Amino acid sequence: MNWLTDYIRPRIRSIVGDQKEVPDNLWTKCPSCEGMLFHRDLKDNLNVCYHCNHHLRITVKERLGYMFDEGKYETVPLPKVPFDPLKFKDRKKYADRLKDSQSKTGLKDAITVAKGTIGGQKAVIAAFNFSFMGGSMGAAVGEGIVLAAEQAVKDKAALICIPSSGGARMQEGMLSLIQMPRSIIAVEMVKDAKLPYIVLLTDPTTGGVSASFAMVGDIHLAEPGSTIGFAGRRVIEETVRETLPDDFQTAEYLLEHGMVDQVVNRKDLRDIIGRMLSMLMDPENKNVKKKANGKAAA
Amino acid sequence: MSQLEFEKPILELEAKISELRHVSSDSEVNIGDEIKRMQDKANRLLQQAYTKLTPAQKVQVARHQERPHMKDYLELLIGDFEPLAGDRNFAEDNALIGGIGRFKGRACVIMGHEKGNDTETRLHHNFGMARPEGYRKAQRLMKMASQFQLPVLTFVDTAGAYPGMGAEERGQSEAIAKSIEQCLRTDVPIISTIVGEGGSGGAIAIAVADKVYMLEHSIYSVISPEGCASILWRSGDYSEEAATALKLTAQDLYQMKLIDGIISEPMGGAHRHREETVKNVGQQVEAALKALTPWDGQQLIKARREKYIACGRNL
Repeated sequence: MNWLTDYIRPRIRSIVGDQKEVPDNLWTKCPSCEGMLFHRDLKDNLNVCYHCNHHLRITVKERLGYMFDEGKYETVPLPKVPFDPLKFKDRKKYADRLKDSQSKTGLKDAITVAKGTIGGQKAVIAAFNFSFMGGSMGAAVGEGIVLAAEQAVKDKAALICIPSSGGARMQEGMLSLIQMPRSIIAVEMVKDAKLPYIVLLTDPTTGGVSASFAMVGDIHLAEPGSTIGFAGRRVIEETVRETLPDDFQTAEYLLEHGMVDQVVNRKDLRDIIGRMLSMLMDPENKNVKKKANGKAAA
Repeated sequence: MSQLEFEKPILELEAKISELRHVSSDSEVNIGDEIKRMQDKANRLLQQAYTKLTPAQKVQVARHQERPHMKDYLELLIGDFEPLAGDRNFAEDNALIGGIGRFKGRACVIMGHEKGNDTETRLHHNFGMARPEGYRKAQRLMKMASQFQLPVLTFVDTAGAYPGMGAEERGQSEAIAKSIEQCLRTDVPIISTIVGEGGSGGAIAIAVADKVYMLEHSIYSVISPEGCASILWRSGDYSEEAATALKLTAQDLYQMKLIDGIISEPMGGAHRHREETVKNVGQQVEAALKALTPWDGQQLIKARREKYIACGRNL
C-alpha cells in the first residue's frame, strides 16, 4: 500500500463517512494458491478463487445473500443472553473481547438467524460468522440455534445450520459445553415436526460444534476444502506422534469416510439445497404445479 | 501423581506417626500422647487443606489415581453385573465400559469411563479416553435400556474423547453428537455422576441426564485448564489461573444451576476413603432413582429437554 491509501483515503473516509463497500485493496491474494484475485471478479465468483477453486471464508451477510432466493431474507433478532457470566479474564477480559468483536463485525454474536425461501421452499438459516471470536459457541450462539429451530417449526420451514466455528467458547466455561445438548434439543424440535434439517459444513467446523448439532443433520453438505473434525490437527499430531495426511479432516476426506453426503461448490448450493428441500417438503411437487396452473390461467 | 503437592506436609507427618507407632509397639517408652498430638495435628492440617481447596488443587484431587474408578463403583454398588461389549460396527472400546446389573436390586444399564490404575490397565483402558466405538456402544446400551425399560446410570471420569487419527476417521464428532442425541431420546430415567474428571465433549456425551451429580472434589469443564492456558494465555504455566477462571468445580457449577447436586466426599478426599465415597454416591443415586420412579417415558424426555433449555437462562 502507499501513502495514498494509508493516509489520504482514511482522511477522506472520515469526512465522507465509512463506506465499507469500497475495498481497501482491489486485489486479494488467494490464501491457497497465492494467485492474485481482482475484487470484482472474486465477488462475482462468490468469493471462490477462480484459479484453484479455493473457497474463501465469507461474512454472514454474503453467505445469506448466496443462499436465499434472489438474495432476499429477513433476519430474526437474537434473544438477550447473560453478558460474560463467568467474569472471565485471561490476558484480556472476555467482556472486552466481546465488545471488540461486536464493534468489529457490527453483530451481537457469532450467529445470525434469517428466514426466507430457497428454491421456493421456506427455510430458516442459522449461520456462523467466523470473524466473531472464531465463530465460537457460547450461550448466545446456543440461543440462536434454539431460536432458529423454533422459528422453523412455527413457519413450517426447513432448518439449515451453517457452522464456521473453532468449537466451544472457553470463556463461558461449562455454559458453552451445555450448548451441545441444547443445540441438539433444538434440532429435535425440528425433527419432531418432520421438517428437514440440513447442515452445510463450512471452513472450519471443529470441536464442540462439530460434535453436536453439526453432525445430526438429515443431510450433511460441505464446501470444498473445509476443515471438519473433532480434535485439532496439532493436538492429534502431539498425541500420536506421527504426521497426518495432507487431506486429513477436509470435506473431501469426510465424504470418503461417510460423514457427509456431498461436497458442493458454493455456486451450486442454492440449487442443490432448493431441489432437496422441494423433494423433502413437497414430494408430490404441488408447488410447481400450482405455479404452472397459475401461469396458464394468467 | 500419587502424591499431591499440597498434601506433602500432611503425608510427611503421617509417615512420622506411623514410624513412631512402630517404635512404640516394641519399646517400653510410652509415646502414645505424642502420637495422639501429632495425629490431631495431621487431621487438622488435612481439614484445613480440604475445606478450602483451590480450583487447581481440585483438578489434582479429581485426577488422583487412588480415587475410586468405574470398576470400584461396579464392584461395590452393582450386583450380578454382566459386561456388554462392542458397538456392533467396528470394535470394543475399553475406555468406556458398560453392561447390565442390579443396583439396590433393580436391573439397570450401567456405563462409565474407566481410566485404569496401573500401567497395564491404563493402556488397556486407553486412560479413559474413548473412541467413536465407545460412544456408539453407549448409544446401543441406551437403546437397550429403553427397549427393556431399565434406568441408565452413568459414571463420568475422562480427560476427554481420544484425539487420534483413527478416531477422526471413524467420526468422533458424529459419535459424540449422536450419543448426546440418544441421551435426549431415551425414555427411561438417566442419572449421571461426575466422579472424577468431566472432560469436555467426551464427558457430556454420556452425561445428558435427568439428574447430574458431582462428587465434591470432581471437576467438569469445557476444556482442560492446561489446554485453556496454552490457547488463551499462550503458555501452559497459567493452568492454575485457567482452572480458576473456567469455574469448573462442583460448587461453581451447582451455583450456576448446571448440575443438580453435590455428593460429599469424606474428609481428605475420595482417594483416602474409597468405600465410603462409593457408598455416598450410591445413596444419592438411589434417592434420585426413587424420586424418578415410576416414570412416564414421554414426560421424562419432555422434562429433560426443558431442563437443558432452561440452563443458563437465569444467570
